Amino acid sequence: MQDEPTPTELIKAVADFLRTEIAPAIRGHNAFKLRVGINALDLVTRQLALEGPSDAAETARLKALLGIDGSVMELNRALAEKIAKGEVDLDTPGLTEHLWQTTMDKLAVDQPNYASYKREQGDKT
Amino acid sequence: MIETELSRCVASFYPGAIGVTGAAKLSGGASQETWTFDIVHASGNVGAILRRAPPGYSASPSPSRAPGLEAEAVLMQLAYDAGLPSPRVLHVLKPEEGLGRGFIMVRVEGETIARKILRDEEFARARPILARQLGKIAAGIHSLPEAKLPKLRSNSTTTEIADLAREYRSTNWPRPVFELALRWLADHDPGPSRETTLVHGDFRNGNLIIGPDGVRAVLDWEIAHLGDPMEDLGWICVNSWRFGEIDKPVGGFGTREDLFAGYEEAGRRVDSDRVMFWEVMGTLRWGIMCGRMMQRFRNAPDHPMEQAVIGRRPSETEIDLLRLLAPRGK
Repeated sequence: MQDEPTPTELIKAVADFLRTEIAPAIRGHNAFKLRVGINALDLVTRQLALEGPSDAAETARLKALLGIDGSVMELNRALAEKIAKGEVDLDTPGLTEHLWQTTMDKLAVDQPNYASYKREQGDKT
Repeated sequence: MIETELSRCVASFYPGAIGVTGAAKLSGGASQETWTFDIVHASGNVGAILRRAPPGYSASPSPSRAPGLEAEAVLMQLAYDAGLPSPRVLHVLKPEEGLGRGFIMVRVEGETIARKILRDEEFARARPILARQLGKIAAGIHSLPEAKLPKLRSNSTTTEIADLAREYRSTNWPRPVFELALRWLADHDPGPSRETTLVHGDFRNGNLIIGPDGVRAVLDWEIAHLGDPMEDLGWICVNSWRFGEIDKPVGGFGTREDLFAGYEEAGRRVDSDRVMFWEVMGTLRWGIMCGRMMQRFRNAPDHPMEQAVIGRRPSETEIDLLRLLAPRGK
């Protein structure tokens, strides 16, 4: 068993330090790169929090959609192949909802400030 | 020091030049660089830009898609000669000058950073007129005389779909939304276009120099080719180039109606269905480019952080493709 603090707590502490103490002192292209780096650390904390539940739900949806078992990667490969072959399309019950949910879950980690994502979240609630 | 070679080079083509000053690298990786500098002249300094592949590097980073810097110089000069907003080309580099391959052009003052163009007060009066201006400029680019063009690759909707499918499969990462988009493109391929013209290829917010008065220059001709002129009109509408202003389809500052009106006022016809087709294609193209950045990140010896982060951006185009192809509530 690994000790505390958790990876999430460690990354958050480092990101906050960089944001509040270091960023104000950096200029030019490195200031831009530092911002990119801090955003990446924030992404990692979001993924650590959200990936487990969203992967579980995605796997369950894929199993129902495809009627087969497998890892989330195997099931995604199977779905990709079926769409490529035309065996599954937007008329297939559940596909549209599945793709939307999966994509929203990806953006919640990758880029929750993306304008299209914020628009679709607003439309949903 | 690059100023030594530049001074010698400038003296050979610019009468009265007595040297250069203030050379600074603006951007570039190992294989391609952009430098700004001033040509020193008795009647006043002249701002200039050097675009080059340093000695030892090829003039084109991806020879299959990009025509190379010499061709880019020819295209920019043709655009300038046709009265389009384009920097005047001053000189094409020769091997014996020791600067590598590329060219020197007049520096056009203005803003290229898309987010500033969309948000800064300085450009508030320009924003409403940009879409119509760009329509007219696109029409001008598509009317450049074919006989004078350098050797360029050709594409069509059909070859482009095949290219995208191959590039996507090379990433070996399953993306059901991209598969859906590839199917949609294949099922809706409009076939050969009515005419083939020069296509800029990267005509979008971010590759334009904008002043408070409007468009001052179109840059980045490096993936110019021959093809369907509607490709340029679709690409500038791709949501990725709206930088958050998602209700203004043209670059985040204008409407399709204004873009099309400017294009047609210049005597050319718009096929809005083909434009929409190219917008879907362009959205997928940018998504695949982001996905391939992941591979470049992993393969590069120094694992550059910026490439790693772009590798997490395909999901942005996945949501945009769903908004285009499977909008919710319909």
